[in-house]
Amino acid sequence: MALLFRSRVWKSGVFGGGVARSMSTAWWRHVEPAPKDPILGVTEAFLADSSPNKVNVGVGAYRDDNGKPVVLECVREAERRIAGNLNMEYLPMGGSIKMVEETLKLAYGENSDLIKDRRIAAVQALSGTGACRLFADFQKRFSPDSQVYIPVPTWANHHNIWRDANVPQRTFHYYHPDSRGLDFASMIDDIKNAPNGSFFLLHACAHNPTGVDPSEEQWKEISYQFKVKGHYALFDMAYQGFASGDPERDAKSIRIFLEDGHLIGCAQSYAKNMGLYGQRVGCLSVVCEDEKQAVAVKSQLQQLARPMYSNPPVHGALIVSIILGDPDLKNLWLKEVKGMADRIIGMRTALRENLEKLGSPLSWEHITKQIGMFCYSGMTPEQVDRLTNEFHIYLTRNGRISMAGVTTGNVGYLANAIHEVTKSG
Amino acid sequence: MHKEPSPADRRLTTLARHLDSSSVEPMDSANQSIGVSPTSASAGARNSVFHHVVQAPEDPILGVTVAYNKDPSPVKLNLGVGAYRTEEGKPLVLNVVRKAEQLLVKDSSRVKEYLPIVGLADFNKLSAKLILGADSPAIRENRVTTVQCLSGTGSLRVGGEFLARHYHQHTIYIPAPTWGNHPKVFGLAGLSVKTYRYYDPATRGLDFQGLVEDLRSAPSGAIVLLHACAHNPTGVDPTSQQWEQIRQLIRSKALLPFFDSAYQGFATGNLDSDAQSVRMFVADGGECLVAQSYAKNMGLYGERVGALSIVCGNADVAGRVESQLKLVIRPMYSNPPIHGASIVGTILKDSSLSQEWTIELKAMADRIISMRHQLLDALHARGTPGDWSHIIKQIGMFTFTGLNSEQVAFMTKEYHIYMTSDGRISMAGLSTKTVPHLADAIHAAVTKIG
Repeated sequence: MALLFRSRVWKSGVFGGGVARSMSTAWWRHVEPAPKDPILGVTEAFLADSSPNKVNVGVGAYRDDNGKPVVLECVREAERRIAGNLNMEYLPMGGSIKMVEETLKLAYGENSDLIKDRRIAAVQALSGTGACRLFADFQKRFSPDSQVYIPVPTWANHHNIWRDANVPQRTFHYYHPDSRGLDFASMIDDIKNAPNGSFFLLHACAHNPTGVDPSEEQWKEISYQFKVKGHYALFDMAYQGFASGDPERDAKSIRIFLEDGHLIGCAQSYAKNMGLYGQRVGCLSVVCEDEKQAVAVKSQLQQLARPMYSNPPVHGALIVSIILGDPDLKNLWLKEVKGMADRIIGMRTALRENLEKLGSPLSWEHITKQIGMFCYSGMTPEQVDRLTNEFHIYLTRNGRISMAGVTTGNVGYLANAIHEVTKSG
Repeated sequence: MHKEPSPADRRLTTLARHLDSSSVEPMDSANQSIGVSPTSASAGARNSVFHHVVQAPEDPILGVTVAYNKDPSPVKLNLGVGAYRTEEGKPLVLNVVRKAEQLLVKDSSRVKEYLPIVGLADFNKLSAKLILGADSPAIRENRVTTVQCLSGTGSLRVGGEFLARHYHQHTIYIPAPTWGNHPKVFGLAGLSVKTYRYYDPATRGLDFQGLVEDLRSAPSGAIVLLHACAHNPTGVDPTSQQWEQIRQLIRSKALLPFFDSAYQGFATGNLDSDAQSVRMFVADGGECLVAQSYAKNMGLYGERVGALSIVCGNADVAGRVESQLKLVIRPMYSNPPIHGASIVGTILKDSSLSQEWTIELKAMADRIISMRHQLLDALHARGTPGDWSHIIKQIGMFTFTGLNSEQVAFMTKEYHIYMTSDGRISMAGLSTKTVPHLADAIHAAVTKIG
């Protein structure tokens, strides 16, 4: 056996020196090429298109009215203060304490008793993805028999996250294709039919990809049903401030649950609302019964972070701390967030009006009813393909339009194209 | 000596209950009970599903700094965590890093968009060249896939997860001892962890015989973790001849090498010399993985900058491997942080900034080597019993002193010296002014406890 092995491996002798190339290529031969990411693939195709009319309404990153990416003024100022003045030492495993404190205030309220009573276990995380992943790993470790209920549809990566954490997934009804709104009745049914004490993933506001949010009354009903069933609510809040322009208002769903006494989890991201996409800044918080439990839970979250990346990146956290810790900068930020949200709301109105003016036979009410960065247009994959092939308009095949990519310059062209591919029904 | 808990003992015990520096005041008894606060679980709302969660133990390395911070003594010395300090005991941001930062901040065309899942392309190419050599045939032949990760930890974790999914052997052999986080990183990645003999306490050097025996008896195809240079925590590195024998042994058994390169430039002061072990393996045409960190050698600790390179048999395989690495990364954190990698890229692609970097790096390495000599001289001057030559034989940021945990505890209590209980000291935390104090402490520990 050893002899056979050696003669296959070595050209000359046992410790001859080189290794036969054929032997060393065998290890990864079986590795299949992975499927392309559906969302990021859209941008790739857009970049490769040479048409002067091309429009990118694919990826959910904010653009100004000239279609350009934006760095907020408050962020530039924070960066000026950081550059040259601070060192780059390791953060603690749980991240920047200052940043986490400010972030909890945004989600739970400035005067939250939970914060005062130190009942929230919270750690800085790698944006929203990292926060969800930490929670999923924590759920696996400490509620090993649980599964997670995920809305249909949802951000595609949610499925990857809980799969890689080895937590079984189930879905619950959410989007109603006929009304292009919330399928509230079915959602409530699913909540009632789930076993008591199930874990649910909820989008706090500006649901991705549909833009369909429950009303305040509906949130209250959902919260009530959760109480009856003893369910756990994990809120993914990636768009606070982006939905209505007012961060307090956008946190309403969470506040409703807190008022009802739920011990929630919350994943927060600064990717969109502070434009810090590539900095990977976010926070995972878990509300506990008391301070002692919060300390224990936080220590366990850190145990999950340490073998993943040891401690989180400092730069983005510094930017957030500086902005939220300085009243003037914070006010500037609130203004800028409102500006971004208002521009998007304006584009929704413009797109809908354009379509109606073109005499579209369909209802486009949902464009202005839906909230946040995305509009779930209701177009079929075939219609989307036509938009891309005939009009050089790039979006994901589920018909999701990133309103942030719509400008006064291209809204007419976009409306026209959508009308063309949908007018025959 | 052990009758009553001293202030130091009390501090260390309190440590176990507090993990962040913000919880300064002691917990009062009101907080211990549940159900009094109006926001606590009301009738109908459920109790916590995480009620049973117990507090995790303090991280052994990071806990040292926490304890150090709480000590009011003016002569306290932090020799715990491996972060470089100047002669004045201050953290250091390299000049070349400050320059790069200024360039970045002044460039108003820069945006903060998401990086691709694999990170910054320039950074990846330059990182591969740094560790493999600019003229590496593996790079020329497009056989290397490099992905930006969160420092060394992140690179190891992503590599480990990839191996757990796509490699036929799920056992990784790590040296005894090794960095405390290694077993957890690979364990959570889905690999099973075994050790191979490495450090010989009798010689305070390499147990080469034990290493060879253990790797020889490893199953064919098993993964082997190798510290590229400046082994953490021992500072004991194989010689070039020993590396060559290790290479031959590994290739003969078709073991898969996984290099952890966290100190390139810190061992000898020369980036190319410190990469020799890795380059030796790549030169034989075989495959390997390399995790790189810029935490220490560029002082970018908290920015979390690193890279994972997988050297594959051919370009086609490298492409497919990269696509699978993306599937590991996307559900972990989607894409890596931009700031630190931008700094590294700015420096590495500019020849004068790169040059400046190598000079600053050598200065850090030289200061550490000087501390080693000063400490040895100080111990000789005191006539401290024992052979302390390992202090200058060991390489890199750490010295594995050989002191036992009792002696370490003594040094903390009586001399306010903070170090990990395995006897490891970070030379980077020493200065000319503080060497005498450490020498006194070691002398006392060895003569009183021995």
